[in-house]
Amino acid sequence: MSKVFKRIYTYQFLLPAAIVYTVIFIVPTLMSFFFSLTRWTLSDWDFIGLRNFTTFFKEPSLSIGFKNTFIYAVVTCSLKVVGGLLLGVFLTGKIKTKDYLRSVVFFPTLVSTIAVGITFSMMMHPTEGLINTTLARFGIEGPDWLGDTRIALLSVAMVDVWKGVGFATIIYIAGILSIPEDYYEALQIDGGGAWNKFWSIIVPLSRPATNAVIILAFIGGLRSFDLIWAMTQGGPGFATDVIASIIYKQYQGGFYGLSTAGNVILFLFVSILVFPLSRYLNRKEVDL
Amino acid sequence: MSERTKIAATLTGVLLLGGLLAGCGGASDKNGPGNTGSAGGSQEKVKLGLLIDNTQDSANIAKALTDAFEAKYPNITIETETRPGGNEGDNFVKTRLATGDMDDVLFYNSGAQLQALNPDKNLLDLTNEPFEANVLDSFKQTVSANGKVYGVPYSSSIGGGWLYNKKIYAKLGLSVPKTWSELMANNDKLKAAGITPIIGSYKDTWTSQIIVLADYYNVQEQDPNFASDYTANKAKYATTPAALRSFQKLEQTAGYYNKDFLATTYDAGLKMLAEGKGAQYPMLTFAIPALMQNNPDQMNDIGFFAQPGDSPDKNGLTVWMPGAAYIYKNTEHPEEAKKLLSFIASPEGMAAVAKLSIPAGPYVVKGAVMPDNVPQVVKDMLPYFDQGKTAPALEFLSPLKGPSLEQITVEVGAGKRKAEDAAKLYDQDVEKQAQQLGLAGW
Repeated sequence: MSKVFKRIYTYQFLLPAAIVYTVIFIVPTLMSFFFSLTRWTLSDWDFIGLRNFTTFFKEPSLSIGFKNTFIYAVVTCSLKVVGGLLLGVFLTGKIKTKDYLRSVVFFPTLVSTIAVGITFSMMMHPTEGLINTTLARFGIEGPDWLGDTRIALLSVAMVDVWKGVGFATIIYIAGILSIPEDYYEALQIDGGGAWNKFWSIIVPLSRPATNAVIILAFIGGLRSFDLIWAMTQGGPGFATDVIASIIYKQYQGGFYGLSTAGNVILFLFVSILVFPLSRYLNRKEVDL
Repeated sequence: MSERTKIAATLTGVLLLGGLLAGCGGASDKNGPGNTGSAGGSQEKVKLGLLIDNTQDSANIAKALTDAFEAKYPNITIETETRPGGNEGDNFVKTRLATGDMDDVLFYNSGAQLQALNPDKNLLDLTNEPFEANVLDSFKQTVSANGKVYGVPYSSSIGGGWLYNKKIYAKLGLSVPKTWSELMANNDKLKAAGITPIIGSYKDTWTSQIIVLADYYNVQEQDPNFASDYTANKAKYATTPAALRSFQKLEQTAGYYNKDFLATTYDAGLKMLAEGKGAQYPMLTFAIPALMQNNPDQMNDIGFFAQPGDSPDKNGLTVWMPGAAYIYKNTEHPEEAKKLLSFIASPEGMAAVAKLSIPAGPYVVKGAVMPDNVPQVVKDMLPYFDQGKTAPALEFLSPLKGPSLEQITVEVGAGKRKAEDAAKLYDQDVEKQAQQLGLAGW
């Protein structure tokens, strides 16, 4: 009796969290799996099997969307890793204004994504924007950052990196500071320079930080929506459409079943890419 | 409500409404139990809820109507609630209907978008109300579903065509084009003179659709059955020459826009037109109140013409119908709500509206006249109406309007996609919509 009671007693502490998790995460997830198989008007539904999925895969901009999503995720993720690592090394070094600079780097992370998007899309205006008017002063004719279909996606990706690199930097700072001093001392005795310090100690030993940054930034990139929507709404035309913006447009059109199907597809797409990636990265981690 | 419907509504509520309803605060109190004026009790105080969208013009119209109506019926007070516009607003209205939490009277679009509200189930049938006799038939068809009429217009009709700067036209000796080739010749002269011929404001993507949509008069002129064939899946944009022509016209305008047209907004476009930085702006005349507000001194410089076709004697105007007032089916005060609609659909009601809202075109209520002080640009529309040379836009004749049209027209106007290809892509988009609406024959 007392044993059973004890076991239940410990589970009671989990109960509030379990209820919240079930109501807010599990139930809607299962519901969306169901509604993705229906023609859904919010008040009524017709079961139509897998037709939403076939319709979604026939969406003309979908191939652009998959390609853009992947490019966007890879570009933002790799730049955040490189930028975060370099800034992390810089901000753990011997500089006087370290604390101030750390806040400056972290600051963009705190600003609302929509506000960042609107601000940058004004700054990137081809004739009146701050960026091109500044370039014009040096006699350079800046491109139409968001209107030129060849570079629009990259322009948005750069803003994403600007906004997200501070977070990656914080993770790296924590990772770098946790490296024991012994390694540096050993390096000094062996007569290694700054380059050896960076390449032979910091890079391999901040591997856990790298993995965390890669996984977080990659998932964020695959699901990214708010910044793209605020800056280009997937345009011009379909040039910067990502899967999430295609899904949102189906919702806007009132096709609730179809957009739910899109979300299920995105869920699977992210899982298929991220689970193997995360396993691969974790296997390569070394112990300190 | 069927059992299924109930479950769906509840589940949807859990998912979506938490945020939405919390956002609109005490808005739903007014239907509370304290408010039990029974139908027909004429001296009892009755409160009606009225749901409108959040544009300044709608607020003006609602205020004008409310003041005049309350003065006439002192026992009825109207409480106005605003909602967001655009797609967000559509979803707002749909969710409120689905959860049974709708105001007594609502202002909403006529035409294709009404069908998505499931009027049979959600709105009061007004077919046999005497006040519907005041409404023009051309409007009534846009608020009908399955042969029943559900609404009355609360505002004026809207023209779709080309706003132009008269000063620039006069300076270069241009005349209002009656055919598409004349329009293109004007564009060339403007370009040669170093003036932006056409204002593009593709940052607000919806503005890119106007040339295709405002061409519907010309489509109907050549192919009178297009709307019904199109709805029945018998005609396509890509395979109907008259309809394909609309996309070809847009394709021909590529290269005549202002340099930064992809980054220009609708508001900036209106400003360019008024200040003479661009000569012509394909737009709906609902822009006129905004123009009058921001550029009152330049109002006399602005004129309007319908989108020309290929033959000068077949020149006519595509008309957007005003939104309509509808009554929620489960309202507790149907009699009072009908009194309100009856007032709206009368010359008296329209005269009240005209005091605060400049009409963007003629009214669609019999006997209602435009005030004399409307600007010239509105009067430019009258000849088309007087000669009977108008046609409703396609979205008022057919429930089909693909959601990606604006992205497609951006590509065509930017010269990135050919007309034939665009028409095909749009047909695919429409097919998807028809299937999602569950229309017969798709």
